[in-house]
Amino acid sequence: MSEEVKAPKKEKIPRQKMPEQPANERRRNFEEVPYGYTPELAMKEAERCIQCKDPRCKQGCPVEIDIPGFIKHIKEGEFEAAIRNLWEKNSLPAVCGRVCPQEVQCEGLCILGKKDEPVAIGNLERFAADYQREHGKQILPPKADPTGKKVAVVGAGPAGLTVAGDLLLKGHDVHIFEALHGPGGVLLYGIPEFRLPKAIVFQECNFLERMGATIEVNAVIGRSETVDELLERFDAVFLGVGAGLPVFLKIPGEHYIGVYSANEYLTRSNLMKAYEFPVYDTPIVKGKSVATFGGGNVAMDCARTALRLGADHSYIIYRRSMAELPARTAEVHHAEEEGVEFLLLNNPTRFLGDDATGRLTGVEVLKMELGEPDASGRRRPVPIKGSEYTVEIDTAVIAIGSGSNPLLTKSTPGLALNKWGYIVADPKTGKTMKPRVWAGGDIVTGSATVILAMGAGRLASNSIHDYLTYGW
Amino acid sequence: MFEIVERQEMAQGTIISNWIKAPKIAAKAKPGQFVILRANEKGERIPLTMADTDPAKGLINIIYMVVGKSTALFKTLQVGQGYIDVIGPLGQPTHLEKVGKVICVGGGTGIAVLHPITRGLKQIGNFVYSVIGARSKDLLILEDKMKAASDEMMICTDDGTYGHKGFVTDKLKETLEKDKDIKLAVCIGPVPMMKFCCKVTKEFGVKTLVSLNPIMVDGTGMCGCCRVKVEGKMQFACVDGPEFEGHEVDWDELDLRLRSYMVEEKVSYDQFKECHGGGKCSCCS
Repeated sequence: MSEEVKAPKKEKIPRQKMPEQPANERRRNFEEVPYGYTPELAMKEAERCIQCKDPRCKQGCPVEIDIPGFIKHIKEGEFEAAIRNLWEKNSLPAVCGRVCPQEVQCEGLCILGKKDEPVAIGNLERFAADYQREHGKQILPPKADPTGKKVAVVGAGPAGLTVAGDLLLKGHDVHIFEALHGPGGVLLYGIPEFRLPKAIVFQECNFLERMGATIEVNAVIGRSETVDELLERFDAVFLGVGAGLPVFLKIPGEHYIGVYSANEYLTRSNLMKAYEFPVYDTPIVKGKSVATFGGGNVAMDCARTALRLGADHSYIIYRRSMAELPARTAEVHHAEEEGVEFLLLNNPTRFLGDDATGRLTGVEVLKMELGEPDASGRRRPVPIKGSEYTVEIDTAVIAIGSGSNPLLTKSTPGLALNKWGYIVADPKTGKTMKPRVWAGGDIVTGSATVILAMGAGRLASNSIHDYLTYGW
Repeated sequence: MFEIVERQEMAQGTIISNWIKAPKIAAKAKPGQFVILRANEKGERIPLTMADTDPAKGLINIIYMVVGKSTALFKTLQVGQGYIDVIGPLGQPTHLEKVGKVICVGGGTGIAVLHPITRGLKQIGNFVYSVIGARSKDLLILEDKMKAASDEMMICTDDGTYGHKGFVTDKLKETLEKDKDIKLAVCIGPVPMMKFCCKVTKEFGVKTLVSLNPIMVDGTGMCGCCRVKVEGKMQFACVDGPEFEGHEVDWDELDLRLRSYMVEEKVSYDQFKECHGGGKCSCCS
C-alpha cells in the first residue's frame, strides 16, 4: 500500500490518570484517595477504546458487563445511557469501579494492553456511577412484571446485594436480612472509607430499596430466625453471609491489649467510625507503632488505616517476599507511597507485653529465606535459625485471612459443608444440598474478592430465577 | 426504633431496668442469652444479658449499671423513647438440667443475669440455694424475684447494712460445707467475685458455671474481640459463651482485657458529663 492512501494517523491518547490526593496529605485523613474523572477526562479515556467486535474485556468480567457498550456511551457524552447499560449487569457499579482487581480481569484482557496500557475500564465504570449519583436524574432501570415470588437473601454483602438486584429486575419480591446494624457487609465494615466511601455503599443499598427490596438490619439468621423458618415464608433462600471468622496467628501473647484481628480493627474503624472517637463512641487503640501481619488487600487496608489513625510507623510483616505479596499492585503502591514500611521475609514467633498493664510492647520475629516452591506454586519461606529479633510495637493487626463462621451453618440442618466448614454449592448455579437454598460468595469459596462474590451471586440469581419460573 | 415501654431506677439510680419492645427477640430468647444495644447513630454496640422476657407482649428486659458514657446515655432514655438497634438473641442459652441441688450466687447487676437461670433451675425441679450480694443494702436488686426463685436465699452486703456482713463467697463456702449434695454452682457478677467464687467451688469439686462479659463488637463471632482463654484454648464469649465452666477460665487475662480502653472510656465519659445536653457530645449533636 502506498503512502498516499493511508488514513492520517490519529494522535495516540495516553491512558488518563485519575487525579488523587497527594500521598503526604492523604496518609493522615480518611477521605477517598482518587478524586475520580471529570466528564472531559472520562470522555477522553473512553475515546481510547477501539470497540472490538469480539471484546475480550467482557470475558474477564465475572458479571459480564457490556464493557465496550457503556464506554461508547461515555465517549459520546451520554452518561445516563452508560449507567443504564451498566445496571443491566451490575447493581453496584460505584463499588466495582473502585475495588475490582481490573488488572487481572477486564483490563488484563484489553487488547490495547498488549502494546500499550489498557483502557481504564474501572475508572470509567466508577465515573458513570458517580456522575449518575451526583448529577443524574432519579431514574431506575425497568423491572419485569411482579411474579408474586418471594426470595430471602441472607447477608447484605456483595453476593447478596447482587442476587437482590438481579431478582428485583426480574420481578421477584426480595427481602434482605443483615446481621449488622447497616447493610453492605464487607463494603461497610471491611473496606476503609478512603478506598470506598460509606456514603456510596449507603446509596447503592438505597438504590436497591428504591427498586423495591426490603432490607432488614439487626437480623442474625441462625439466632433470630433459622433458615428453615425462612423457607416457610419464602420461595427461595440465598445465603451470602461471608466468611466471617477471624484467624489468629496462634502464637503466645495474642491476648495482649493492642492485638486485633483485621476484622475487629477494620470494623471498629469503618463500621463504628472509631477514627472519629470521641465524637463516635467506639474507641480503638491509636498505636504509634503498628504491625500488620499478612500481605493481602486486607493487610494493606489495615496498615494504611493505622497511618490515618496517627501511627509514626506502620509495618507490614510478611513471611514471603514482595513478589509473593497477594495484594493488588495498586494497593501495595498506594501503601508504599503513604509510608507503610515492609518487613518482608519475617515471621512472628511471639508477642511481648507488659503483664502488669496487659499492653502489647513488641513482637519477636524470625527471618526467613525462600526455598523451593510449595503447593501454591509460591516459593516456600524457610526460617533462618537463630535470626530472631524484636520489633517494638504497641498495636498488632492480624490479617492472614479468615475462616468460616459457623453461626448460620450449624443452625441449618441439611446443608453440606466441606472440611473447612464452607457450604458446598454447585459452582455453576450456587445450589446447595438443601432444597430451595442457594449460597455464594466467601461462605462457599473462602475469602475472595468483592467481584467474585458478585459473580457467584449472578450465577445463583439466574438459577433462582429459573427455579421460580420453570420449577428447576 | 426499639421502644422502651417500662423503665425503673434501682439501687439509687445506679442501676436501670428497661422493658423494651422487641417481639422477634422475645419470641426466641432463652435464659443466659444476650442482646447488643445501640442508643443512637454514633453509639457503641453494648452487649447485655437479658434479665427476662415476656414473649406474649413481645418484650425483653435488660438491667444495667451506669458505669460509663454508653450506659449513662442509656439512662437518659425514657419511656416512649428507645434504642436505634437491638440485636439478638445472641450467645448460647444456659444448659438447664435437673441435677438435684444447686447454688446460685450473684453480685451487683450479675443478679439480673442470674435470676432467669435460677428460676429455670427451680422450675425443672432442682433444690435451689441462692446467695445475692451488693456493697450496701441500697444497692441490692431483685431481692423479691430471687426469693421467689429459690428454696433458700442468703443475702450479703460488704458493709453489713443488710444480711450477712461480708462477701458472697463466705455464704457460698458455708453452704457447700453444710450441704455436700450440691452438684452445681452458678456464679454471676463482677470478675473478682466470679474468680473467688470459683476458687471456693473448686475446693469442693463442684462444677461451676459463670457468665462472662468481655468487650465485644459484632457479637456474632466475626471480630474476635471477646476472646477469652478457657482450658488454655481461645474461645469467643459471643458465640461459644457467654457461659463457661468457671474453673477453666483464665480470670487474670479477662480482667486485663476488660481494661483495654480505660483511658478512652474516661475521655468519653468526662466529655459526656460535661456537655450532655450542650450539643457537643454524640448524644445530642
